Amino acid sequence: MKIRKNAYFVTGGILSGILMAVILTGFFWTPYSTTAMNAAEKMKAPSFRHLLGTDNFGRDVFSRVVSGAGTSFLIALMVVAIGCFFGILIGSLCGYYGGIADLVLMRICDTITAFPAILLALVIISVVGGGSGNIVIALGILFIPSFARVVRTQFAVCRSQNYISSAKLMGVSGPRILFFHILPNTFSVLLPSVTIGFNNAVLAEAGMSFLGIGIQPPQASLGSMLKDSQTYLRSAPWYALGTGLAVVLLVLAFSLLSEGIQQGSRRQ
Amino acid sequence: MKQLGKKLFTLIITLLIVSLLAFLAFQIIPGDPTTKMLGTNATPEKAAQLRSQLGLDRPVFVRYFEWLLHFVRGDLGISYTYKMQVSEMLSDKLPITVLLTVLSFLLTVLIAIPLGIAAGRIKNRWVDHAVLIADQLLMAIPPFFFGILACFLFGIIFRFFTPGNFIPPSEDLGASLSYLLLPALSLALPRIAMTVKMLRGSIQDELTQNYVYTARSRGLSQWGILRRHVLRNAMIPVITFLAVSAAEIMTGTIIIEQVFTIPGVGRLLLSSIGSRDFPVVQAIVVIMAAWIVIVNFAADLLNFLIDPRRRAG
Repeated sequence: MKIRKNAYFVTGGILSGILMAVILTGFFWTPYSTTAMNAAEKMKAPSFRHLLGTDNFGRDVFSRVVSGAGTSFLIALMVVAIGCFFGILIGSLCGYYGGIADLVLMRICDTITAFPAILLALVIISVVGGGSGNIVIALGILFIPSFARVVRTQFAVCRSQNYISSAKLMGVSGPRILFFHILPNTFSVLLPSVTIGFNNAVLAEAGMSFLGIGIQPPQASLGSMLKDSQTYLRSAPWYALGTGLAVVLLVLAFSLLSEGIQQGSRRQ
Repeated sequence: MKQLGKKLFTLIITLLIVSLLAFLAFQIIPGDPTTKMLGTNATPEKAAQLRSQLGLDRPVFVRYFEWLLHFVRGDLGISYTYKMQVSEMLSDKLPITVLLTVLSFLLTVLIAIPLGIAAGRIKNRWVDHAVLIADQLLMAIPPFFFGILACFLFGIIFRFFTPGNFIPPSEDLGASLSYLLLPALSLALPRIAMTVKMLRGSIQDELTQNYVYTARSRGLSQWGILRRHVLRNAMIPVITFLAVSAAEIMTGTIIIEQVFTIPGVGRLLLSSIGSRDFPVVQAIVVIMAAWIVIVNFAADLLNFLIDPRRRAG
């Protein structure tokens, strides 16, 4: 596979590598405290002391962006994990066994995907209430159909292939065929879906937190910071610009990666 | 004609299911709305009285059909918080959101389709890369950050408009539209990028098909082939995608109205979620869901007209 030479894959890989390194470091150490307020340093423009300036409480924006990106990253990761796990489970069973259950479940999946995630998430959140746990569960459930669809298609193709018939004749058990024989063959299509899903999760969480129904203070995510920063757009524009740029970089890195992977698998 | 009837039937069934789900979603809410409405002076007797007054003591399905009948007649229920008709609350907000959605969707179509066709016709490695990079960048910027950037650049630095100073369309349609232009563009930009990417790929795939060579050997002009043969096929997936875009734009207004402080349905929805004013939330969700179902139906219908294979099969 020549994917390592693909410019998009390489750029996306390097960019996401750097971002992950910064985010991981941010879990343990940030240049300044993310919560301690400092009245003397209120709304200072970017400088060498504060790379992205300070906010209305004198907190270092860069430190807060790093930890906010960490929150957004973790939430997106959990959303994709939930969506992927149940998506694989439902998709594999539906694709392999087919039948009425398959028809019904896929019809439901199609209906869910027809509605924008944010609308459904808003309904769920307005019923069960906000907060990071509920956001993860709501978005996680809404992300199941897209994964289930992709996995199902692959399983439906694979089940009639010779190596599966041979495995069946050799007496390999159903679950073993599903998860050890077919599942590895779906990874090439699953991988781009995972990166795209991750991006959608980052954007959905940012949107919800921006609306004030996602992450609740004092916890900060990129979305909730963008919401706060909008008030100070006139007096401290670096706050909004720095935070927004972090969202863009995070999404861009992973979308370049997925574009590279897709181009690579198309050429094969 | 028979298929058209079948499609209409599916549309109605889908609308019914969606409305039922939206209705049920708000029935499983923990807590009784009466305790909230009565506040501190709630007694069991008063609560029971209010419950029967609101009709909450009857079976769920009876209440669903009653609610549905009222809904299609334009009676969307009464707000818990403001004690007024939801339809009245929506009457001056819905036109604003519809205007914003339509404007944004028109921008998407009018910009993306010509750009996509132009990009699809050019076969050049550097153009390929330029289009792809521009697409990736635009898709990575969430609409609300576009909105914040637009507020900063055009509102604060260049002073083309005052963020928050929205003039309702009933007062001055022109001023209203010009205020809505930037929010509409913020919503449209990522969708434009995605549509261009898709249309371009779709056209390039079609151009390698045998029928294109046949048409060319018959002496048809490049543009003629594109217009009469290639575009018809290439547009099919794009039309379906545009329906998705219309849905995304409609719900995107919830966020973008917040950025540009536009007094539309989205802002009402948020404040109603905050105050747990469920009749309002329910009405807005059902209206948005109905819009999405109908837009998808329209796209399906359009494809049906374009693609003779579907009419035959």
